[in-house]
Amino acid sequence: MRDFLLRRLIQVVPTVLGLLVLIFIVSRVMPGDPVRLALGPEATKDQIAAYQEKLGLDRSLPAQFGHYVAGLLRGDLGESIRTYRDVRLDVRDFLPATVELVTTALVVAVCLGVPFGILSATYPNTWVDNLSRLVAVPGVALPRFWVGILLQVGLAYQLGLFPIVGRASRPPQAITGLLLLDATLTGDGAAFVDAARHLALPALTLALPTLAQVARLTRAAMIDVFRRPFMLVHAAYGVPPRRLVWRYGLRNGLTSVLTLVGMTYGALIENAFLVEVVFSWPGLSAYGAAAVLAKDFNAVVGVTLVVGLSFVLANVLVDLLYGYVDPRIRYN
Amino acid sequence: MSIPASATTELPGALAGARPRRPARWVRRLLRNPLSAAGASIVLLLVACALVPGLLAPFPEDAGPSVHFDRTYQPPGAVHWFGTDEVGRDIFSRTVFGARVSLLLVVAVLGIALGVGVPLGLAAGYWNGHWSSTGIMRVTDVFLAVPPLALALAVTAAFRPDLGSAMLAISFTWWPWFTRLVYGEVLSRREEPYVEAARALGQHDGVILFREILPNVVSPIVVKATLDVSFVILLGSGLAFLGVGAQEPTPDWGAMVARGRTFLPVHWWMSTMPGLAIFVAVMGFNLLGDALRDALDVWDQ
Repeated sequence: MRDFLLRRLIQVVPTVLGLLVLIFIVSRVMPGDPVRLALGPEATKDQIAAYQEKLGLDRSLPAQFGHYVAGLLRGDLGESIRTYRDVRLDVRDFLPATVELVTTALVVAVCLGVPFGILSATYPNTWVDNLSRLVAVPGVALPRFWVGILLQVGLAYQLGLFPIVGRASRPPQAITGLLLLDATLTGDGAAFVDAARHLALPALTLALPTLAQVARLTRAAMIDVFRRPFMLVHAAYGVPPRRLVWRYGLRNGLTSVLTLVGMTYGALIENAFLVEVVFSWPGLSAYGAAAVLAKDFNAVVGVTLVVGLSFVLANVLVDLLYGYVDPRIRYN
Repeated sequence: MSIPASATTELPGALAGARPRRPARWVRRLLRNPLSAAGASIVLLLVACALVPGLLAPFPEDAGPSVHFDRTYQPPGAVHWFGTDEVGRDIFSRTVFGARVSLLLVVAVLGIALGVGVPLGLAAGYWNGHWSSTGIMRVTDVFLAVPPLALALAVTAAFRPDLGSAMLAISFTWWPWFTRLVYGEVLSRREEPYVEAARALGQHDGVILFREILPNVVSPIVVKATLDVSFVILLGSGLAFLGVGAQEPTPDWGAMVARGRTFLPVHWWMSTMPGLAIFVAVMGFNLLGDALRDALDVWDQ
C-alpha cells in the first residue's frame, strides 16, 4: 500500500508542473495587458516601465516562469489589484467557506445518491426505481444557478424557512474557518444551527444535479454487478438477499461509483462558482469570479491554481480509495 | 441481392434482429421510445428557434435594443407568455432568440474541440509509444486536471467578456476530452486484422488512419459529442450568468437569468423563464444523446 501511494504521488509531479505551465501561459502569454489595467490609461511611460519591472514582466519568458515558480514555492501569489491585499491572504480567508460548501454538497450527493441508486437497482421497475429515475433524469439537466434562485425565492423569500444569502449571522469563534466544525469544537450550539441553516440551501443547490447523476450511475453499476455469475453463485448458496446486495454487490459496484465521485468533486468545485454568486457565499469561487471580471490576474492565477491542485489531489485520493476497495488495483 | 419490401416487414422478430442495421431502422427505433421522441422534438424546436427566430417570436424587435415603457414588468399572460422585463421587452421572444446564441456556442465549441481533439487523438493512438504521442497525452492530462469552468474563466480574464471569448475559452478546455476518447479507441483498434491487412498492402499511415481506423471510431465520437451538447449549454449559460457571454441587448439565457435576479422576488418570471429554457434545452439534448447512445451501441444488442 505504501509503494502504491508513493508511485501515485510521483505520477502527480508532471501533472502539477504542467498545471503551473498552463496557468502561466494563460496569465502571461495571452493578450491583455495587466500593467495597463492596473495603472489605468493615465499612466506615463516611466510608470509603466517601473511597474513592469516590479512584476518582472520586462524579463524573458523562461526567466519569468522561474520567478513565478520560485514565488509559489515561497507561498507568494502576488498582490491583488482589486482588494490590494496579498492573494495568499485572500485565498486563506475565502477558501474555508468553499471547502465547507463543496464538502457538504459532496456528502449530501453521495449519501443520498448511492442508496437511491442501489435501491432502484435492487427493485427495478418498482415505485422506488420509477421515483428515483423520475428525479434523476431531469435532475442532471438543472442549471445550478437557476435552481439556486428558485430555492432562494421559494424557501427563503416566500416561506422564510432559511436565510436568503450569506454564511452566518453569528459566526462562532474562528479556529479552522469551517463554521460547522468551529461551532462543534467550541461547543456553540446556537452558532452551529445558524451556520447549518445558512449552509442548507447553497449545499442542496450544489448537490442536487450531482445527486441525480450519482443515483443514475450507481443504479447502472449495480445492475451490471447483479448480472455477474458470482452473484448468482452466492444467491444459489443461500446468502441472504440483503447481505448479497450490500456486501458482495456494493463492494464490486463501488469502483465505478468512486470514479464518479472523483469526477463529481471537480464538477462541484466549478459549480461552486455559480452557487456562491447566487447566495453571496463568501468563498473562493465568488472571489475568483469577481477577480475575472476585474481582470485581477494574480487573484485569477491564485484561484485557478488552488482549484486545480485540489482537483489533482482529489483524484489521488480516489485512486487510494480504489486500492482500498479493490485489492487487484493495489498490486497492479 | 434484393429482398422485396413486403418480405422484410413480415420477417419474424428473431430474424429481423439478425439483419444488418440500416439508418432508417435505428431512426425508427429511436422515435418509438416516447422519451427519445420528446428529446428529438425539443432539439428540432430549438434548431427551428435558432434558424428562424423571427418567425416564431411574437415580438421579434424585442431581441434588439427596443424599449416599451407602456408595458414594463408584466407578469406572464395571454399576450406575453413569459411576461415582460424592466424595459417592456417580451421575454418569450427574447428566449426564442436566445436559442440562437446557445446553439451558436455549441456549434463553435464542438467544431473547434472536434477539429483539434480528434486528429491529436488519432495521432497519439496510432503512434503510441513515440515521444510525440506521450507528449500529446501528457498535455491532455494536464488540461483534464483543471475543472473546465475555472479554466474557461481564467482564459476569459485575458479577453473582453463577450460571446467570442466564451466560445474560445470553452473550446480551450474541451478538446482534450475528445483526444482522450479517440486515443483509447484507436489503441484498441490499431492491431485489428483489417488494419494489419491495410498495412501489409503497403498503405500510407494517413490512409490507414483516416480510411480504416477513423470510420470505426466515429460512433463513440458522435455519441460523446451529442451528450456534450448539454454540458456545453450548461457551461456556456453558467459563464454568461457570471457575465462572460453575449452582451446586451443580444438575448443570452444565462445573462437573462442574471439580470432578472435584480428584480427578485416580485418579478420572479424574469429569471425563471430563461432558466426554464436552459433546463428544457439541456433535457432535450440529454434524452436525444441517451437514445443515440443506445441506438448506436452495437455491443448492446
